[in-house]
Amino acid sequence: MIISIASGKGGTGKTTVATNLALSLGKGTRLLDCDVEEPNAHLFLYPEITETEVVTTGIPVVSDELCTACKKCAEICRFRALTVVGKKVLVFPELCHSCGGCVVVCPENAITEGARELGVMESGHCGELGFSQGRLRVGEAMSPPLIKKVRTHHAGAKTIIIDAPPGTSCPVIAAMKGSDFVLMVTEPTPFGLHDLKLAVEAVRVLGIQSGLVINRSDMGDDGVLEYAKEEGLPILLEIPFDRKIAEAYSCGKPIVEIMPEWKNEFRALYQRIEKLVQNGRNAS
Amino acid sequence: MIRELVIVSGKGGTGKTSITAAFASLAQNSVLCDADVDAADLHLLMAPTVRKKSDFMGGCLAEIRQEDCVECGRCIELCRFDAISADYVVDAIDCEGCGVCVDLCPEQAIDFPVQKCGEWFISDTRFGPMVHARLGIAEENSGKLVSLVRQEARKLAEARGHGLILTDGPPGIGCPVIASIGGATALAIIVEPTVSGMHDMQRVAELAVHFKVPGLVCVNKYDLNMDMTEKVEAFGRAHNMVVLGRIPFDPIFTKAMIEGKNVLEYAPDSPVAASIKEVWKKIITFPSMNAMGIKDFSAIIQ
Repeated sequence: MIISIASGKGGTGKTTVATNLALSLGKGTRLLDCDVEEPNAHLFLYPEITETEVVTTGIPVVSDELCTACKKCAEICRFRALTVVGKKVLVFPELCHSCGGCVVVCPENAITEGARELGVMESGHCGELGFSQGRLRVGEAMSPPLIKKVRTHHAGAKTIIIDAPPGTSCPVIAAMKGSDFVLMVTEPTPFGLHDLKLAVEAVRVLGIQSGLVINRSDMGDDGVLEYAKEEGLPILLEIPFDRKIAEAYSCGKPIVEIMPEWKNEFRALYQRIEKLVQNGRNAS
Repeated sequence: MIRELVIVSGKGGTGKTSITAAFASLAQNSVLCDADVDAADLHLLMAPTVRKKSDFMGGCLAEIRQEDCVECGRCIELCRFDAISADYVVDAIDCEGCGVCVDLCPEQAIDFPVQKCGEWFISDTRFGPMVHARLGIAEENSGKLVSLVRQEARKLAEARGHGLILTDGPPGIGCPVIASIGGATALAIIVEPTVSGMHDMQRVAELAVHFKVPGLVCVNKYDLNMDMTEKVEAFGRAHNMVVLGRIPFDPIFTKAMIEGKNVLEYAPDSPVAASIKEVWKKIITFPSMNAMGIKDFSAIIQ
């Protein structure tokens, strides 16, 4: 079972829900932090990292000896990563999307593939909980290939929890794609509602079942509740605002550590998801 | 000389948009720009009246003409993004828009229409003009759209004689953030005093170093964790950023948002309002924000 935790709006509590859910499930579970621009789950899990892998993407390397400056590579490149100046091809590696077109199209076989570092994937565990995260290299613009890499690192776990990035564009899609369920964490505010609607649209594009967690559920208005009812989105958990939770969060302490009774709430949340996914499978 | 203050945070939900909206009350003669095109929220507080709406044409997508396709398999073999199914249909989400299949299809059976990836708007608000956008769901090219709204905000400021652009930036450090920072007069980083707020601010500050932008730092919800507030401020100073001040945690931010107002309109006499006015005073007297357009390299983030 693969559960993605997403939100649209940032700062609604994705990482809080992902880490507490993972800690409550424990053995057989793996948390994949796919918010590679700003991975935060490790700040609450203190994982022991046992493996670090540099993740790269292909970029063209042009042999000046073989190149005849025919410009075919520059013509096929939609991302303007290659340009011909006089008799020489200039490569702008940061613009390259690694489509491989230039390599295929070069009649002289003068282009081979080198590598640009996207970031690293770090893997390990926290007790019985498996853990991997992506960490985008600062200055790198392209996160989806790194996200895709982390997303598939299941390492035999039965339950996969994906902490997705905020927003509704390509990085979130890369993180959520292929999940069995998307758990959307929102707050009952106008910003929360507005961005939730966008996130719901994104999940529908992918055709994945979803449900809501309402965080700081007593700080706002009824907009989210009304929307959930209209859209038939199940509300699977509500977490009221509690200054104790906010302060613990600020120091990197998960809710289930300071209030262990919450473990049952998160396990119940998992069971509700499991049931929804099973019913969904039976229905189709 | 037009100055542009870009407000970022690294971490989402630290209060960028609420604080930008409050600055709009204090700034005189400014243009507002929402560069969080992926999950734009500033319009919810600004109630903009749209004056001009334009399509954002992003990249192209491959489309196989079934009647011309001979199923030779060349496109599937070439596609690095696994975007073409075994029955020769292109998945619009997976297609990167590289056009390799289009150029190399032996039957020339693949079209490559340019896609509308969103919309952008020029609007009027009670605080002056605003440029904002909406990226389509599941779209790419957010960086391009960010660059576009920033350029349009600048054009508008030039045409109408506005001296200042207030840009509400996106979270993270990826493509849209990179597009938000380049060429800014100064960067204000809004941080919450939590382990994640601190961690994410460090990464966005590290990114900003590459762009040689002067930096300012402001702690929001500072009273949630005083130790962390001090750590954030110490980090800011150590990296040559000016500490703007502290804004307390207060549910009036949410209450104001529900009424569609900024906090200065909702609670003008509150401690939050007073702290934001202090922060703003420091921003406009910050030497890098001078109206002469003199670049102040002594203040760049290090």
